[in-house]
Formats: sequence, C-alpha cells, structure tokens
Amino acid sequence: MKLQLPLLLCAGLLLGGCSHLEPWVKPYERANLADPVMSADRDPVSSAYIAHVYPVREAARGAAGGHGGGCGCN
Amino acid sequence: MAVTRYLWPGCSALGVLLWGIGHAGVLPEERADVLYHSYDGGGVTVSGPSLLVLKKVGSNTELNGNYYVDSISGASIDVQVISGASQYSEKRTEMTGGVDYQHGNSTMSLSYTNSKENDYKANTASFNISMDMFDNMTTLTMGYTRGWDTVGKTGDPTLAAGLDRQNYRLGISQVLTRNLVMELNYEGITDEGMLNNPYRKVRYRDPLDTLDGYSFADEKYPHTRTSSALAMRMRYFLPWRASLSAGYRYFADTWGIDAHTVEVGYTHPLLDRWMLETTLRQYTQTSADFYSDLLDFNGSQNFYARDKVLSSFSDSSIGVKLGFDIIKGGWHGIDHASLNLAWNKIWYDYRNFRDLRVVLPAAEVGNEPLYHFSANVVQFFMSAWF
Repeated sequence: MKLQLPLLLCAGLLLGGCSHLEPWVKPYERANLADPVMSADRDPVSSAYIAHVYPVREAARGAAGGHGGGCGCN
Repeated sequence: MAVTRYLWPGCSALGVLLWGIGHAGVLPEERADVLYHSYDGGGVTVSGPSLLVLKKVGSNTELNGNYYVDSISGASIDVQVISGASQYSEKRTEMTGGVDYQHGNSTMSLSYTNSKENDYKANTASFNISMDMFDNMTTLTMGYTRGWDTVGKTGDPTLAAGLDRQNYRLGISQVLTRNLVMELNYEGITDEGMLNNPYRKVRYRDPLDTLDGYSFADEKYPHTRTSSALAMRMRYFLPWRASLSAGYRYFADTWGIDAHTVEVGYTHPLLDRWMLETTLRQYTQTSADFYSDLLDFNGSQNFYARDKVLSSFSDSSIGVKLGFDIIKGGWHGIDHASLNLAWNKIWYDYRNFRDLRVVLPAAEVGNEPLYHFSANVVQFFMSAWF
C-alpha cells in the first residue's frame, strides 16, 4: 500500500485548493466535453468485456480506465 | 478454472463499470446491449454472449442487469506440457443485478454478481458513490467491493477452499479546459485465502529424470496478497471533432510485482453515422518474488509458482472499433441504435517463462526458448437506447 500516502496528499491538495477557486469552465462552454467522441465509456458492455480480457493474463489489476475505477477481473 | 487459471479470482467488472457511466448527478441512459465476444490465442478459445439492460424505475432510480457467458475450449501451453496436449472445455456463467439511486448531485450504486463454473464459484457485492461538485467540473467517486469465492478442483470433491476479496476505490474526474478532462483513480485490493491454482505445477531440476532433467510439483502460494494501482487519464477534444486520449497506470503488490500500462486512443466520427476508435496499449511487469521457471530442487523456496501471469513479461496491443448508427431520430420507441465491430490484437512476450514444448537433452534444462504468443479478440455488438 505504498501508494496510499501520496494519493491522500494529492487528494487533500486538490480538494483544499477548490475552496479558493471559482469554476473556470462555464456550463455553456462545455459543448465539446459533452460530445459523444469525448465519452470515456460509450459502450459499457464492450468496456466490461475488455476489462476481463487483460487482467486474466496480467498480474496488474484495479483502477481500470474511463469509469472511475474497477477491478476488471473475471 | 482449468490448468490455465483462465479466470482470475473474480469480481465483476460490470457492477463497477456501470456506476461510472455519465456524471454523478445524472443516471445512465436507458439502453440494451447484446454482444458476442471471442478470444483466440495461446491454444485457447473463449467465446460467448453478454446481455446488458439499464432501465429506469421512476425519476431517481435505475435498475441494471447483465448476463455473461465464457465458453472455454482448447489446450494452453500449461495443459500441453503438464497433461500431454489434452483438450478441455468448460463454461462460466456470470449474472449481475444492480440499482443506481440519484439524489441531487450524487449517485449511489449497489450491485451483486454471481459467477459459476464447475470448479470455481464467486459472489461479489459492490457499493459506489459519486458526487458532482465545483459547478459540475469535478466528480469525486468512492467505492468498496467485497467478494467471497470458493475454489474447487475437478476430480477432488474434498477441495472447497475459500478466498475473500476486498477492493477500495477512490477517483476524481476534473474538467481542466473546455476541451480537456482528466481523471485520477486509485484502487487497493486485498485477497486472503486460497490463491493457488490447484491444477498448475512448478518444475524443478531432477537429476533422477535422465530424459528431461526436470520434474513437476504442486505450486505453493502465500495466502494473502495486497495490491495498489494508481492511474491517470486525459481526454482532449480536437478542433476537427475528434478526440485523443492518453492514460498511464502504475501497479505494485506485496508479491513484488511492479507493472506499468500506457494507452493512447483516437476517436473519429466518419460521415454522418459512423464512429471509428483506435487504441494502442503497452504493458510491462516484473515477476513475483516467488516465481521461478525452474527451481534448483523441489521445495527450494518457501513459496513457488510457475504461472506465466506472475512472470516477467510485456504485451502490446492494437485495437480498432467501428460503429454504425442503424437508427437515428427514433423508430418504434427506440431513440437510436448502433451496430459495432471491434478487433484487438495482443502480442505477449515472456522474459523468464520458457516453452517446454521444445524438448532439450537433460544437460541443457533451463535453456528452452522463451515463450511468446499472440491473440485475436473480436467483439460484435448491437446497442439500443430507448
């Protein structure tokens, strides 16, 4: 668990910093971000399958992409 | 489970994946997906269907369900070497049910998964919560998964060993500019119990074996494993309406394995109805402390394994996915629908796992060529939103 401390520090800095910041991308400026080409997980049934394929044959697991986490194992 | 340990002691990916679709303050779109998948590589074929349905119940609640099958056949290198090229076939069935509940800018998700095959049973419960904040520029996610597995062995009705799993997840997604979004994810996983594959063997030098110079013995694993993974990903909107994505993940565990994964992707709409996605992925890992391709003698270490998944190796893959919108603008209650075909090619190159199908004189044991193989992964699926 040697990654835990740096992670907590990063999270603290990020969250602590938010209290002094104003949102700098307004809702009406987010059209590009809402475009389907920017979707991290447009096809969940396909992503779930690919999330099975790699960890079965690799030792690494966890923090799978595009969906805020996931064990990605069978 | 078979000799290949094809199915890593599992928790369902789907229950975790579904929670992250879209923003925390918006439930995922109602949809149905039907997928056929096929993996062919290293002498093994795995194929089957997957069905996924997401359906809202009221304005704040959504149910989801998934039915998934792996039909496995063939003979991997492990089976060929240890059992003498015997073919095998088996089937794994997995069912997931879940519910998402949205309240304000938060979404809570619960899911339960049951996975069954003839010699391995897994039950998994997941809880996740995600919150939009900072004028929806930031999404914070947290999750916990608990799993209970039972490991058996064909031909040995007395073996029914337990394995407990726990996953802890923390993630943050941040809008950085009007064209760039970044996410950071951490996941810690602990396993406790039967981590051995009851079929797999380790090999050791055996002076009494004058033909090969080695013999096989059962593997011996530690009973615990704890791992951490930290990943960062970015997605950037390009001026010609396309997107570029990049990601990196670092992994480390208490078995001494370090791994790095790098992935880049490019998504590009074509004409009015087509969508093309391409990906490149590179993975590399060190071997577990107790991994050995050839022990000096039987029992020469406290723990010993010859699972190539725990060896030192790299793999590279390319992927192409093409989608076509067959329905746009509504038709008989369906908002839109798409047909998709995806293909991935993966090359595996092992650095300390040798190909024992090549028989050398006993005096040259340990000098067999290193193993490598490639795999084709194909998916065909239809999605409908309603």
